[in-house]
Amino acid sequence: MADDKLTLPMVQSWRWPRRFIQQQRRLLRTHAFRLAALYFLVFALSMLGVLLFVYWSSAGFVERQTEATLDAEITGLAEQYAQRGLSGLVQIVAARSAGDPGDRMLYLITDPDGRPLAGNIAGWPLGVPAHSGWLSFNFVSKSNGRTVTRPARASLIIIPGGYRLLVGRDISDAAAFRDRVKMTLMWAGLVALGVGLLGGATMSRNLLRRVELVNRTSERVMAGNLSDRVPLDGTSDEFDLLATNLNRMLDQIERLMAAMREVTDDVAHDLKTPLSRLRARLELALIGPSDERAQREAIRAAIDEADRLLATFNALLRIAEAEAGSASERSELVDLAEVARAAAEFYEPVAEERGFRLSVATEPGVEIRGDRHLLSQALANLLDNALKYAEGGELEVQVSRAAERAVLEVADRGPGIPEPDREAVFDRFVRLERSRSTPGNGLGLSLVRAVARRHQGTVSLADNQPGLRVRLEFPAPTP
Amino acid sequence: MKLLVVEDDRETAAYLQKGLSESGYAVDRAGDGREGLFMASSGGYDAIVLDRMLPGMDGLAVLGALRAADIRTPALILSALGSVDDRVKGLRAGGDDYLVKPFAFSELLARIEALLRRGQAAPATTSLRVADLELDLLTRSVKRGGKPIELLPREFSLLEYLMRNSGQVVTRTMLLEHVWDYHFDPQTNVIDVHVSRLRQKIDKNFDRPLLHTVRGAGYCLRAPD
Repeated sequence: MADDKLTLPMVQSWRWPRRFIQQQRRLLRTHAFRLAALYFLVFALSMLGVLLFVYWSSAGFVERQTEATLDAEITGLAEQYAQRGLSGLVQIVAARSAGDPGDRMLYLITDPDGRPLAGNIAGWPLGVPAHSGWLSFNFVSKSNGRTVTRPARASLIIIPGGYRLLVGRDISDAAAFRDRVKMTLMWAGLVALGVGLLGGATMSRNLLRRVELVNRTSERVMAGNLSDRVPLDGTSDEFDLLATNLNRMLDQIERLMAAMREVTDDVAHDLKTPLSRLRARLELALIGPSDERAQREAIRAAIDEADRLLATFNALLRIAEAEAGSASERSELVDLAEVARAAAEFYEPVAEERGFRLSVATEPGVEIRGDRHLLSQALANLLDNALKYAEGGELEVQVSRAAERAVLEVADRGPGIPEPDREAVFDRFVRLERSRSTPGNGLGLSLVRAVARRHQGTVSLADNQPGLRVRLEFPAPTP
Repeated sequence: MKLLVVEDDRETAAYLQKGLSESGYAVDRAGDGREGLFMASSGGYDAIVLDRMLPGMDGLAVLGALRAADIRTPALILSALGSVDDRVKGLRAGGDDYLVKPFAFSELLARIEALLRRGQAAPATTSLRVADLELDLLTRSVKRGGKPIELLPREFSLLEYLMRNSGQVVTRTMLLEHVWDYHFDPQTNVIDVHVSRLRQKIDKNFDRPLLHTVRGAGYCLRAPD
């Protein structure tokens, strides 16, 4: 906060380097500064309250005690007066005045004109009005042969007949005590405010520094350095949490960017080939025989090629949609058994025609939260694959629950996928050597994986002994 | 039959206009959303083919304005946006069908015909009939020439859709969407096998087939000439 520097008179400002002044100006605008200033204000006010209370209960206590003593003394004297009249009162006052001066009590009784009748004060103190009530005055006393003026607190009673009774107490000790308390409290307050100022300044500087760190990192990331991260200081406080979250967000962005780059590369690489083929076909048709039948055939082939390209594009878009889509959109409770039965019913005729025995085994009530269309398509892709690569035999679709997870499996009796290839087949455009002869774009399993991930699930391949068993696992829906 | 094509891309528009005219439709063209809205509002069209992304006023806004004005001309939305979400948005905005670009012209033609047919659909029929083939929607039974034919539930839905669009080409995609509610193309010839099974049941023992394959387009259920 550094207020001392902020309140510098303008004339002196030239002494400070420009950068420093800019820093201070910026400081004034920061949230941290406002927070610290507010903190300091509240701190100072509560400090003041505490000090006032301490003063009231220490110095004030001595004063209140003095007045209570005087009250008791006057009550005693009034009782004496009631019993023994004025002369008795004078005697008592005289006796008490002669007593031990150590108790610092002051007595004076005078006639209506202020002439002393008895007491330990030399005469009617100067400037003291002659009516009942509390009063403070200074009196002159001789001690050790020196004349000193000392402060006193007293109560004055006008007795019937105009006589005045003054009962007081020397309060020089109390006054000294009060002064001492005042000084102590003032110093304590000043020190506390100083510490508060310093604390506030440190706090706001600290806050500012950590926010700065985040800002600088963001700027570097925006400038293109995507792998930069906000440093953590390991305190796991809010700032660390903020930094952690920001870092996670950056991780996610970096991952998405990498994925996008990968897709772009894949697309560039794997669509160029069919596009060149298409171009070549059209060119050949143009320079080839002008016989109409041949030309029509060439055009038809070109259209087929274009259709395949479009199918690939659509599959890529589907994958992108599944990968990027927000999970909340079109999300509903989907009964996996229903999805499985519908798909099986859809594929059953073609499966039968190709010599498969398609069976469905479902457990009831296996539900997940998700997108029915995407799940259907993932399952359709798996069934398509099985029909393409296996040559008949059992084809099972199973829906079950295992350890609070919903499981959807498709198992065939085909050649399976060898262990080393089981990860790679999920990548875009990856087709195993022996599947090159069958039509396909190498995107089917990519979509399956994208759909699994979209539903916070996993997909894994296993040996069905013989054959391939694809297992999709999804977390149970949160209500 | 008069169609309005609202499409900003000149080349696409020309291709649509040419293809649709050759198929026997009178075709008007609007080059942007506002023009399309004016022309469509003046009425007189049997169907509208509407591009989704248009300059000035986008296709969905045009549709919204038309439907708000209680103009119910059936509309087919053309769009490059093909996700299920986009489709749902398009249909919610008042579209009657949604076709993703690029498309085969035969697909567009089949869908337009289905739209036109729907526009004049007989209200709440309980039975459908094509030649001697009868389908009872209440008892969910099918007869041909008076003889009952046993169909699986999905075969029944498939036949119902074909009969509702009898005389017109129905594409595989249309069948996928309307009979199975699947919005993707399977890699295998699943639809063909379903159709051939249905054909086995309704055509096999009869001299004159009703269910025909239209090469490069789809299927057509029609009464013999």
